[in-house]
Amino acid sequence: MSKRVVVDPITRIEGHLRAEVIVNDDGVVEDAFVSSTLWRGLEVIAKGRDPRNVPLIMQRICGVCTYSHYLKSTMAMEDALGIKIPYNAELVRTLMDAALFLHDHVVHFYHLHGVDWIDIVSALDADLEKASKEAFKYSDNPIGTGVNELKKVKETVAKFASHPQGLGPFANAYWGHSTYKLTPEQNLIGLAHYLKALEMQRIIAQMQAIFGGKNPHPQSLVVGGVTCVMDILDPARMSEFMVKFKKVQNFVHNAYYADILMAAKMYKTEPSVMKPMGVKNFMAFDSMKVSRDESLFDSGIIMNGDLSKVFDLDISKITEEATHSWYKDDEPLHPYDGKTEGNYTGFVDGESIGPDGNIIHSKNIDPKGKYSWIKSPRYDGNPMEVGPLASILVSYAKGNKKVVKIVDDFLGKADIPASALFSTLGRTAGRMLQAKLIADYGLIAFDSLIENLKVDQETCATYTIDKDKEYKGVGMGDVPRGMLSHWVRIKNGVVSNYQAVVPSTWNAGPIDSKGVKGPYEADLVGLKIADITQPLEIIRIIHSYDPCIACAVHVMDTKGNKLSEYKVDPLYGGVCSV
Amino acid sequence: MVLNGIDESYDTLHNKFKDRIEYLENLPKIDEKRPIEDVIKESGFGRRDFLKWAGAITAMLSLPSTFTPLMADAIKVADRLPIIWLHMAECTGCTESLLRSANPTIDSLIFDHISLEYQETIMTAAGWQAEENLENAMKKYKDRYILMVEGGIPSADTEHYLTIGGHGKTGKATAQEASENAAVIFAIGTCSAFGGVQAASPNPSNAVSLSEVTDRTVINVPGCPPSEKNIVGTLMHYLLYGTLPALDVYNRPKWAYRLRIHDLCERRGHFDAGEFVEQFGDEGAKDGYCLYKVGCKGPYTFNNCSKQKFNQGTSWPVQAGFGCMGCSEPDFWDTMGTVNEPLSDKLYNTTFGGMGADATADRIGLTLLTATAVGIAGHAAISAYKNPKE
Repeated sequence: MSKRVVVDPITRIEGHLRAEVIVNDDGVVEDAFVSSTLWRGLEVIAKGRDPRNVPLIMQRICGVCTYSHYLKSTMAMEDALGIKIPYNAELVRTLMDAALFLHDHVVHFYHLHGVDWIDIVSALDADLEKASKEAFKYSDNPIGTGVNELKKVKETVAKFASHPQGLGPFANAYWGHSTYKLTPEQNLIGLAHYLKALEMQRIIAQMQAIFGGKNPHPQSLVVGGVTCVMDILDPARMSEFMVKFKKVQNFVHNAYYADILMAAKMYKTEPSVMKPMGVKNFMAFDSMKVSRDESLFDSGIIMNGDLSKVFDLDISKITEEATHSWYKDDEPLHPYDGKTEGNYTGFVDGESIGPDGNIIHSKNIDPKGKYSWIKSPRYDGNPMEVGPLASILVSYAKGNKKVVKIVDDFLGKADIPASALFSTLGRTAGRMLQAKLIADYGLIAFDSLIENLKVDQETCATYTIDKDKEYKGVGMGDVPRGMLSHWVRIKNGVVSNYQAVVPSTWNAGPIDSKGVKGPYEADLVGLKIADITQPLEIIRIIHSYDPCIACAVHVMDTKGNKLSEYKVDPLYGGVCSV
Repeated sequence: MVLNGIDESYDTLHNKFKDRIEYLENLPKIDEKRPIEDVIKESGFGRRDFLKWAGAITAMLSLPSTFTPLMADAIKVADRLPIIWLHMAECTGCTESLLRSANPTIDSLIFDHISLEYQETIMTAAGWQAEENLENAMKKYKDRYILMVEGGIPSADTEHYLTIGGHGKTGKATAQEASENAAVIFAIGTCSAFGGVQAASPNPSNAVSLSEVTDRTVINVPGCPPSEKNIVGTLMHYLLYGTLPALDVYNRPKWAYRLRIHDLCERRGHFDAGEFVEQFGDEGAKDGYCLYKVGCKGPYTFNNCSKQKFNQGTSWPVQAGFGCMGCSEPDFWDTMGTVNEPLSDKLYNTTFGGMGADATADRIGLTLLTATAVGIAGHAAISAYKNPKE
């Protein structure tokens, strides 16, 4: 008899998320549903407001990828108003973006996702000498893995373990689970870097705050450019950024890269993380402009895992539907025709496996009805995965030299084929490879800025808003969690419509009207779970996407506007790639 | 003597703190095996560093330096107080802000040590195990735990716009239950304190502040997000005093929110001299002129950003040339006007509708500022839309 497992809340993510799976007697997932359990409706709030205020409101979609929505919303306004921002402003935005990507990826791997791979309790059994030697297998200059350093780390864990409640925030987890594959020594190395990464993320946040005023929620972008002109004209301030960047670069090379390489070697035979993905379509957009003619990421579409062909991305093919989402769209509708009102139908009474393995009463998802605040976006009718892996794959398949080198090097060292990237491990590795790309080449933007400042000190364009004119525009690009687009219409000098199609919506959406699953749900089907009271395998898959659920659920329709009405002026298409 | 609104001499206060620390010392420790002094020592901090930090916190709470040793003692008994941190309708920015105070600063040791019993962003347990952690903590530490809530709370007929856990419990129900048996309640961030961004007009999810769903007193620590210093400072204040801090009309601790951003602003000299940035990126912007005319809401905003800054003193929005947007004021998304324009219809003190949390200071500043504000408001309204190059 098949059983139902409910995981709610999924912790170590931004936002509120539930996963529900039906498992057969062999412990294999037969069906899976993912639901977001929070709705805030920020696009409704944007309507009727001054276009200059809205980017700050949109920034509050998420405090983790805290800069992404601010940037894309500002770009949408600039696209609508026909503003070409100064080159200096583009580069400063890239540097702030670089800090965001590095921060997001490091924090995600170590603090949110890492403990799905690293068994903290197992590290207690590590032999210090052996562990210290082990670290040299993955890096020539390992960080924080000297015998004395590891000794300290081990003592810290030992204290955690002897805590009367268990392990504080680490309590009651799935330690000792059979799908943990690292040796005690490797777990100790990972743990040492977990602690080191806490310090790193603070430095990366400072990097962003140098130009942004603060982090989370930096405050130095305005429609037309940036405000931090004093900071970029101050050599001490600039060198402060560079010094911090190099510290982080070192961490990415010798800890993050090394740990993923170690995990790849150990986990490449673990079926639950190597299981082929359910959706093998990928989408990415040109981002991270580092000089006048170069962006680090490319645009494109990959279908069915075929890396030999990259299609051009046609934004008019993007649609959304709410058949199974808590909105008042009873039939599948074009997203921009949808209604703005929520239509919460809740969960239904049912049973599921409790923490002790007994069947208990719970509130369950009804897959025939509506079950999530997230909608189902489609590209040309197909579900798509977006995110760092998608971006890396598109650039790789397009022959982007920097990306090809980084990816091939990694595949060679880990001794895995490119096809292994189409897995949970691949998704987690893809994120690291993107961080590596930025760590290696992000400072090109810094050099470009220094060069340009010698001849040009403009940081903000001037513009007018004509109250008698109607405007529309889009800000699009890849952010740490994948492709993001903000769409705006301006009328009577205020925002008349607002729409954001965000990465987690692409990945976490419910089934569509044809019953086709999005990436999260499709990935869970066919997964074998070793112990249904400890569904670590589920959490690991979900975390590999870096869920950002507040992002996904704020999305809602604006009345009566078809996507086809939004046309991106090719001239300003370039603005989107800042 | 009036100190933080409490009419007491420092001696009396000093004795009170001593009693408080003694009381806390006698409470059972959460962790018998891990005295905080050892943790601090093992993490590579000397007594000097520790006292330096204690001194900084003391100053932040507006106490004389003679209180520093007491502050150090208070930290040592911090492990008697478990914390439950709940996530409502939010963006996790406040948690992220707290994480910025992470290792290896002493602030974070305190937080590690204080026994964070439930925190969805950083805890490892998920699903039933996570729910169990919360229930256990609420039962075990009944009337003892510190409740910190992040996020606005969907209410009325849209209460179920947020549910948490396998039983589909609403956020509001969870927050109410946790509030009932908490020793003290802090609303962390503007959303929890005042409803925040989701409560901005037309408030589609009927989001409200924590204080609107519980009868208990809620101490508001607003900001979007509040700095890590204000979060840690609020906690330290509670440890020391054991009572609610002196609060302003919006229940914000006066030690942090007593002064306007404008009062201690690094660009204040330029305001007084009448030197303003007319447009972002102009010569005035390069010289660090006052940002009032490009929309700084510092004169209407009560917070200590100009003193404490963000990210370990790296910067703050005025330093980055943008100005203050008023993020620690109630309903600021709706009441502060256009972000890059001055509030032409507002005078210096109208955030409090003239009632004034700090009426005397208001009146003193008012005369000066009104004259300037009225003078430049007309000009600013014109210049904001006008392209000076035309």
